[in-house]
Amino acid sequence: MNTPLWEVFVRTRNGLAHKHAGSVHAADATMALQAARDVYTRRGEGLSLWVVPSNAIVASDPADRDMLFEPTGSKIYRHPTFYEVPDEVGHM
Amino acid sequence: MPPAPSRKERRRFPSFLRPMTTTSIAVEESPRIRTLLALADDALILGHRISEWTGHAPTLEEELAFANIALDLIGQARALYQATGQNEDELAYLRDPHRFRNALIAELPNGDFAFTIVRLFLVSVASDQFWRSAVQNDDPDIAAIAAKAQKETAYHVRHAADWLVRLGDGTAESHRRAQNALDALWPYTGDIVDRDAWLQAVAPVLARATLTQPAEGWMQPSGRDGRHTEHLGHLLAEMQILPRTYPGATW
Repeated sequence: MNTPLWEVFVRTRNGLAHKHAGSVHAADATMALQAARDVYTRRGEGLSLWVVPSNAIVASDPADRDMLFEPTGSKIYRHPTFYEVPDEVGHM
Repeated sequence: MPPAPSRKERRRFPSFLRPMTTTSIAVEESPRIRTLLALADDALILGHRISEWTGHAPTLEEELAFANIALDLIGQARALYQATGQNEDELAYLRDPHRFRNALIAELPNGDFAFTIVRLFLVSVASDQFWRSAVQNDDPDIAAIAAKAQKETAYHVRHAADWLVRLGDGTAESHRRAQNALDALWPYTGDIVDRDAWLQAVAPVLARATLTQPAEGWMQPSGRDGRHTEHLGHLLAEMQILPRTYPGATW
């Protein structure tokens, strides 16, 4: 079947970012949005939906993994763990 | 209603050997209850039909879409049965076919995907118009149910209409099937109450779908008086067999 594939992003709460939830097959954008609604928001998860053609996603090459990601392993000072976040700040 | 088994019969045939121990119920139908039953039976019977697609839908996505719609409709039916003040399970499971007040269009077998979509579209447009006006209904139960149902049904219309346009204006084969379904179903739309408003909502979608609107001609009788097609008995046999065979069963 050559029905196009779409990636689904769901925003669950105001103030949060859209998160990747999965993918659906649909012939066009309108039906992809409905499929996303029917497949990924059945339990009250959603406030907003994005669908993006899967072939529009540019992915990193798994062969580049070491080059791209390994060097950050030794830079623990980049983690925001050296200070305390006050509770009142909430989501950052 | 057949008489209850005598003590002697009960001794000879313990309950697990007595088939169909449940007797059918009849409902005292005031005008209010009749209205509620007509709405509820439409929702329950169509909801059951749509639920039959579970495990058979053409794609996973559409399977869930149908399951969601079926659950919306069965939820509407439950709320409406409860509003009668009677036991919702007894109303669904212990009435015989001639006690059901649904329109005939709800009970017709699903046919192919196009038939299911065309039926869902024709029925949902009428339901959508009804629920949106029923938000102002004098009956507070109906008004409360309408407030929830109108959002559900609005989506059913959108989903069915979007599919209908794609089937009608799709391939020669999908167009043929959609037109056949429309021609077959049209005579079952005779009992739609506000037909002018309904036609006004239906016509533009049919035009976008490049389908020919059937002429207004002979219409099937309504099922509201309890005279149904042969299909309702088969549907109820499947839907009711468990609670009728094992009264009060829970799981």
